[in-house]
Amino acid sequence: MRRRSLGIVAWLVVVGAVLAAYALAPRLVSDFHSRNLAEAGIFFIAIVGLNLLTGYTGQISLGHGALMAVGGYTTAALVVHEHWRDVWTIPLAGVAAGIVGFVIGLPALRLSGLYLALATFAFAVAMPSLLKKFSGLTGGSEGLRLLEQAPLQVTGLSGTVTVLGHTTTQNHFLYYLAWGIGLLGFGLAWLLVRGQAGRTLRAVRDSEVAAASVGIDLAWTKTLAFALSGVYAGVAGALLAIQNEIVNPLSFTFLLSILILVGAVVGGLGSLPGMVVGAFFVEYLPDLSTRVSNAQGVPDFVYGAAIIASMLLLPNGAGGLLRRLARPLTTRLYLRP
Amino acid sequence: MPLAFDWTQLVQQTVIGLASGGVWASLAVALVLIYRSTGVVNFAQGEMAMFSTFIAWSLVHQGLSYWAAFFLTLAVSFVGGVAVERAVIRPVERAPELTVVIVTLGLFFVVNGAARWIWTPETRSLPNAFSTRPIDVGGVAFSIQDLGTIGVSLAAVALLWLFFRFTKLGLASRASALNPEASRLVGVRVSWMLALGWGLAAAMGAVSGMLAAPALASFDQNLMQPVLLYAFAGAVLGGIDSPLGAVVGTMLLGVLINLLGTYVDWIGSELRLPVALAVILGVLLVRPAGLFGHVAEQRV
Amino acid sequence: MAESSALLELEDVSARYGPVTALHGVSLRVGEGEFVAVLGANGAGKTTTLRAISGTVRRGGRIAFAGNSIAHRPPEAVARAGVAHVPEGRGTLTELTVRENLRLGAYVRRDRGGVVEDERRVLSYFPRLGERGSQRAGTLSGGEQQMLALARALMLRPRLLLLDEPSLGLAPLVVAEIFRIVRDLNEREGLAVLVVEQNAALALEASSRAYVLEVGRVAVEGSSSDLRRDEAVRRSYLGY
Repeated sequence: MRRRSLGIVAWLVVVGAVLAAYALAPRLVSDFHSRNLAEAGIFFIAIVGLNLLTGYTGQISLGHGALMAVGGYTTAALVVHEHWRDVWTIPLAGVAAGIVGFVIGLPALRLSGLYLALATFAFAVAMPSLLKKFSGLTGGSEGLRLLEQAPLQVTGLSGTVTVLGHTTTQNHFLYYLAWGIGLLGFGLAWLLVRGQAGRTLRAVRDSEVAAASVGIDLAWTKTLAFALSGVYAGVAGALLAIQNEIVNPLSFTFLLSILILVGAVVGGLGSLPGMVVGAFFVEYLPDLSTRVSNAQGVPDFVYGAAIIASMLLLPNGAGGLLRRLARPLTTRLYLRP
Repeated sequence: MPLAFDWTQLVQQTVIGLASGGVWASLAVALVLIYRSTGVVNFAQGEMAMFSTFIAWSLVHQGLSYWAAFFLTLAVSFVGGVAVERAVIRPVERAPELTVVIVTLGLFFVVNGAARWIWTPETRSLPNAFSTRPIDVGGVAFSIQDLGTIGVSLAAVALLWLFFRFTKLGLASRASALNPEASRLVGVRVSWMLALGWGLAAAMGAVSGMLAAPALASFDQNLMQPVLLYAFAGAVLGGIDSPLGAVVGTMLLGVLINLLGTYVDWIGSELRLPVALAVILGVLLVRPAGLFGHVAEQRV
Repeated sequence: MAESSALLELEDVSARYGPVTALHGVSLRVGEGEFVAVLGANGAGKTTTLRAISGTVRRGGRIAFAGNSIAHRPPEAVARAGVAHVPEGRGTLTELTVRENLRLGAYVRRDRGGVVEDERRVLSYFPRLGERGSQRAGTLSGGEQQMLALARALMLRPRLLLLDEPSLGLAPLVVAEIFRIVRDLNEREGLAVLVVEQNAALALEASSRAYVLEVGRVAVEGSSSDLRRDEAVRRSYLGY
């Protein structure tokens, strides 16, 4: 009984700390940095989505950047062509990307592992070309510029945003929006993973044959996993479009897909808390690399070296480390007599 | 008026396609070598090949002939490949596969960055290995450069095949990839076989780079990025665990892309790769393991 | 106790698979040219014992071969020392041909002439393998694969042969043949053999000494002829 209440207290402390950090962080940094924090939140959302897919079902996707593109362009198109308010497009952007994810998930039934990687890779590589091709909708190489083409739909155009009586700067607003959605998405994923759905996902990851033999519908599970991770990516893409106030084919290159994957692995596949680490890693590392030196090629070198070093030091990502650190704590809390 | 199908053009374009495929084939075989031994696709294979190509350029710049530089670069690349495996792959030998994949991605940036820093990003050019004079075979014009590229690529793969088939080390290397546990029991140092695999792969990559560069008027550090895409696609088409498949797959892909570009108008140059990838995916739906690959039996 | 040091000595050897301990302090000896059997029920730790010797499982304790400690050596080093392990499931490289499997067995040897001679000898023991020389090993029948695994182990010219469950999944005639060949090798060439077997009767007939394992420990040891005659032992440990 005492152990149980200790556990509950520990959880409340953790949740409280997270919420406090969320609320106070922008106060601690400059307005400009809030923008970086917001972008980290955007990466966080995409990484959580990819983690659900790769970390729990074991399926690899090299195309999450392209799914973000679907979300981002959905938002941009709705704003520019249909004059929707930018923030209201977010749910629809998620759904659109989820549908694309579902469609991609269908062949995943027949292919697996490497071949799925190839399919998502093809999708990611083709995306810029496809975007340029359908220029009527996407604005072609120029893309869609929300600020120029539909300024009235952009939240925070005047520099400040007023929500429920509170006024903040546009950057702060973006931060709260991104991480607010991120925490919600995290919570949703956490609940999912804890429950029946999570067990199903893990069963598929650990052994497809065994999973099928206990009646898990492999096809359905994998496709749903793809679709769900697509929703997350779409939402992230929408937020990116809103933050940058512009989308063009270069906003969502193959490199973005790689970045999301790196974030998920460095964070630690199968570990939700690790994803925060992954998001910050992906957000700040490129910048830090340029700080080392701006000479030709050195930032890339540093960036790559940091990725390699983190994998060598923490082969299971930050999540793996967190699990190892928490083990003495959790065993003491949850060990049955 | 009879429809005169231009056979000459078809043959010519096929050979050109085969030459492109030949460039990709060496890199594809490198990918297969790594995949069979380490179990992952090495995303940095193209950049390593690019680095080798720059080394070759430096050697030529110092005064060596193309072929002297070629063979010296092969040797250096081999050593480099072994070094990379010992330094960054060995430590994560027992880690999950995705970790190793991310390491290769990190390696991509490291090698690319290093190449940009050592050789600044001006464009350079590598002299042609073969003369650019066209020759006439039965009324059809071919370039010696193209035929030479196909020849060198096939020769490199053939030599590799001979090594694996007829030498003791080659046998041990194959065994290590197939069944590391059983190989250890006969005394094979499986870990070093992995290193050998990486060395050979690096050498094959160097072949690819040194064939790719002369075909272009000039090249820079982005040289091998498209080649990696095509090599990966071709290898998967052929069956990622089959070297023969890698060669056939990339050659077929080269011909397919070239013919598509020649005869189908709406496929602009930007959509050629995605269309080719779509074709490959179609093939995979019918033959999931690729043309020559093996579907691993799942033991429960 | 002044004992001449045996070819193989295990003293208080433990072994585990992750968090599960499979051997809890096993001690045994195999003398030069001896034929020793390890018996016991499923899960008693017989296979694990062989794996501990060849280094394919995490182990602790003292393991000495020909006077040298091999307790911390990786499998490839143990093989190089002269210990050939024919594992459970045979471990044939099914993608390679029969000939290639044999050549691989001789990987660590430097004496070209000796290898050629051994190949001839081994094929004389197993003529069927000679017929199927260029066939893929995976196409061979179970019995032939077992023979191939054994032949490959012999190509090492080992001083000690570790045989894991040679009778598993094979017809009695084939099994008898294999045991006959192994006995032959043991008697004629002085090859020391440590065999793990479920078929206790067969193993006791061929061996001179035996150990019976039970849940990771040595429960009974003695000469094979004594154990064969001991009804109590037979009934409680050997199931017949």
